[in-house]
Amino acid sequence: MSEQPGGAMRLPQQPGEVIDRTTTIDFSWNGRPFTGFAGDTIASALAAAGERVFSRSLKYHRPRGVLTASYHDPGCIVQVGDEPNVRGAHRMVSAGAAVTSQNTWPSLRLDLKAVNQYAAPVLTAGFYYKTFMRPRFAWPLYEAVLRRFVNGGRVSPDTPPSRQAKRYAHPDVLVAGGGPAGMAAALAAARAGASVLLVEEELHLGGHLRWGDEADLAALANLAAQVAAEPRIEVLTDAVVLGRYDGNWIAVLERRGALGGAEAERLVKARAKTLVVAPGLIERPYVFAGNDLPGVMLSTAVRRLINLYAVKPGERAVVLSANPEGDAAVADLKRAGVQVLRVEDARLGGDIVAAAGRACLRSVTVADGSQISCDLLVIAAGWTAPTSLLNMAGAVPAYSPRAARFVPDIAGLPPEVLVTGGLAGDGSLDELTGHASAAGAEAARRAKHIGRAWRRAMPGSRADAVRSEGGADTTDPSDDAQAVLPDLPVDSHPELFVGRTNGFVDFSEDVTAKDLRAAVAEGFDSAELAKRFTTATMGPLQGKLESVNAAAVVADAIGTSIAESGTTTWRPPYVPVSLGALAGPAFEPVRYSPMQPWHEAHGAVPLQAGAWIRPDHYGDPAAEARNVRERVGLIDVTPIGKLDLRGPDVARLLNLVYVNKWSKLEIGRVRYGVMCAEDGVVLDDGVTGRLGEDHYLMSTTSSGAGAIWEWVENWLQTERPDWVVHVTPVTTAYASMNVAGPHTRTLMERVTEGVDLSNDAFPYMHVRTGRIAGVDECVLWRIGFTGELSYELHVPASYGLHVWETLLDVGADLGAAAFGVEAQRILRLEKGHFIVGQDTDGLTRGFSAALDWAIKLDKDDFAGKPELVWQHEDSSGPRLVGLQPADGSVVPAEASLIMVGDHIAGRVTSSRMSPTLGRSVCLAQVEARLAEPGTEVTVRLPTGRLITALVTPHLAHVDPDGGRMRV
Amino acid sequence: MILLPCPWCGPRDASEFGHIGETPPRPDPATATPAQWRAYLYLRPNSRGWVVETWYHRMGCRRFIKVERHTDTNQTRQASPSSPAARAGAGAS
Repeated sequence: MSEQPGGAMRLPQQPGEVIDRTTTIDFSWNGRPFTGFAGDTIASALAAAGERVFSRSLKYHRPRGVLTASYHDPGCIVQVGDEPNVRGAHRMVSAGAAVTSQNTWPSLRLDLKAVNQYAAPVLTAGFYYKTFMRPRFAWPLYEAVLRRFVNGGRVSPDTPPSRQAKRYAHPDVLVAGGGPAGMAAALAAARAGASVLLVEEELHLGGHLRWGDEADLAALANLAAQVAAEPRIEVLTDAVVLGRYDGNWIAVLERRGALGGAEAERLVKARAKTLVVAPGLIERPYVFAGNDLPGVMLSTAVRRLINLYAVKPGERAVVLSANPEGDAAVADLKRAGVQVLRVEDARLGGDIVAAAGRACLRSVTVADGSQISCDLLVIAAGWTAPTSLLNMAGAVPAYSPRAARFVPDIAGLPPEVLVTGGLAGDGSLDELTGHASAAGAEAARRAKHIGRAWRRAMPGSRADAVRSEGGADTTDPSDDAQAVLPDLPVDSHPELFVGRTNGFVDFSEDVTAKDLRAAVAEGFDSAELAKRFTTATMGPLQGKLESVNAAAVVADAIGTSIAESGTTTWRPPYVPVSLGALAGPAFEPVRYSPMQPWHEAHGAVPLQAGAWIRPDHYGDPAAEARNVRERVGLIDVTPIGKLDLRGPDVARLLNLVYVNKWSKLEIGRVRYGVMCAEDGVVLDDGVTGRLGEDHYLMSTTSSGAGAIWEWVENWLQTERPDWVVHVTPVTTAYASMNVAGPHTRTLMERVTEGVDLSNDAFPYMHVRTGRIAGVDECVLWRIGFTGELSYELHVPASYGLHVWETLLDVGADLGAAAFGVEAQRILRLEKGHFIVGQDTDGLTRGFSAALDWAIKLDKDDFAGKPELVWQHEDSSGPRLVGLQPADGSVVPAEASLIMVGDHIAGRVTSSRMSPTLGRSVCLAQVEARLAEPGTEVTVRLPTGRLITALVTPHLAHVDPDGGRMRV
Repeated sequence: MILLPCPWCGPRDASEFGHIGETPPRPDPATATPAQWRAYLYLRPNSRGWVVETWYHRMGCRRFIKVERHTDTNQTRQASPSSPAARAGAGAS
């Protein structure tokens, strides 16, 4: 591409350069081949080749180039392959990368949408709130057109999902910022014994020393060597602190440069005992006409280009300097062979009035009115203090007119947050690192104190034990006192925010000073309101370059000062973060029963039920249901929640949590019970059996297993702490299966030892413990969710598969076959057994669930009793009923409405085609006036069709007397 | 993220806990009026300052604990272990 190695604008070797001239890297830019050096960013490689325009702006499609040459450069956001919105002045160039410009159509050079800038008078602040409002029907048309103009890159649907890990860190001290102050603070903290996590946003430690003079580079080399030699410091480069939360919980984002490989980003959740905030300062643009033209750069941008990447930023320069860093940029430019035509010194009244040019900068008008032809305008107008982390810690910084920036409210910080470096004040390098060392040592001391308080809070720890463990310093009574750090001086600086002409305040969102003034004129007369109306500070930079200039414009328009009006609020995250990094890997456990290998081998169609994967069916659920009615079936019910309850007060506990009575449950019997919450709403149901004098086994619904354990513990721990009950969750300790159907007893007799299975010896609703298929200590419950003769077996989990396979094997001649969840749902619906959460919802109180027979209001107390007493008195709420469509071939979809005229009077809660009856069967919640058996109701199907259905005498459609279960 | 002082496990991340919130004392179900009972169910003072809240250390010791939390600053400090007495104290705060 270029005549000169590394590009036409590449300079001879610079002392601080980070490029490796021995390794060239080929990549493409908008389809054309380019070559950079290893260590180049995308922007530096392109700038070295003489490219100046890298993107088009959001609204007016104005050409944009390098402004800051850092991560926060709004002009250098590009697409790399499938990855949109890459920060091109931060991302290293990589071999073969296809880099393209975003937001351009048809091309970067000829962007037709640039006509927008001539339409600027109608694209003023808030235009999208006003312009596209009417007529409303035209919105889809507006939307289709607007979509072409949307800023941002392209996401490919073929991009493979990234799997991002998370990391947890527990440093004593976390230092945010790896410039000289951050490094010095980290060293001092580590030397005081603290473990330190040093987080630097850029690819290298060093901050502004990296683009400094020989003395700066020597100081950097010295600090870097010390940091590298300190084993207690872990350095994360290309990583950034996203936010500081309660208890110094700090979110750190590690980016590609730090991770390498395929992982794009990783979230580090750090619990730091103390946080040292040392991000330095961010250079601020200056507002004047043409301030966004390619060729207008901040002083730090030209210093980075020259010193880090050996790139000559232009040929003929004008400089506006308000500070020593601007003066240093002038020296750098001269050394790089750039012709410096004029230095406007803002400290002496110098100013830039306007810049002009079309695709790039052509000329500048300065304070005395003269127009200077040039291709580079360097702005050193001042600094923004990125106080983000301090605001998040509760300290609101105050504006200092003398320093022309916000200064932190150090007294307002909690003790676990310290601030140092350029954010805290100015001074020589020695002064800054001296302050940082003191802050680092103090951070380590406070961390030690906090760590000791945490250890003291551990149960069983005693002060003397902690003392002997912690060493001599723990006995120092002065330890609790916080050292007061000396204040750094704050230098005076001219206030340079907005010049004499109208220019861009927010480069990402294309908001000008005029837009902000218009917003104030329309009544949005505070920084926060004007921000929302104009979207200033709401773009990718989130205020880092533009917030103070925006505040200055708004304050001026209102007729107040920045000190009074303040800026917009800094909120986390500090930089954009991918949703994948926040989501991290899925930690959701997946549960399988011990019988899962059999299910898989036999074609089970899986059903996700909470954390469990269960067999929905094995091919034909209706046939599975018929097999249960006619022969014998087996279902895996392992997910049923099981709590082992022991102690003298279990019966009292059961009486408290269930609505029915438990005091007279004999050993060897089981009982069905329903629980209500304190608001009377049905919470859970299940069977509990009494295995011994003080020993019970409670079952819960599968989905309620965790919540009911917590519910029971809550009563025992907080309301009835004097009761003696020990609760052990045994859900996964047992494999559970239900054997059901007329041949069940014949099958069970073949495999059971030590239990008389005859109806007299082991009747319905009883429990026995015995040996099944050679496995001891199996629990047998004779219950009947399906309505058939059935035993629910709870088998030690490791023998579950063995018992399951044995039952199917020895029952083959009886027709024993597995059935899945769907067949069970059919069978229980035929039988009229409701399912909590299916036939009840979050408003269904006990009497609405047809539980009149179970609720014992004569008990002294139980959960939810008062609400149920009142429901019983006023008969309020719907009723659960059985429903039979007049046309039995119609299965009304679940949630079909029950209508009385235009009034919704209920809904179908469950519906299936019954293989046993050959017609549809339903459960429904209806208003009480419709609950009488024989009532004819109208059901509206989802299609809108109305059908007639009859309320049945019982919930059960099959065997309402229960004879089949009791044989 | 708030660090909660669990009396059984020491200071732990709030993400390990279930937040039960302020738990007013349970009225006598035999004599409670609907207004009293529903205040117990639904009404919380939610005041600014130190409040006593119940947390369940779901991913730890599985104990219900009382923690005092300053609702303005999210500072926390240990309250006494769960008991009817602490529960009554919570209602009074």
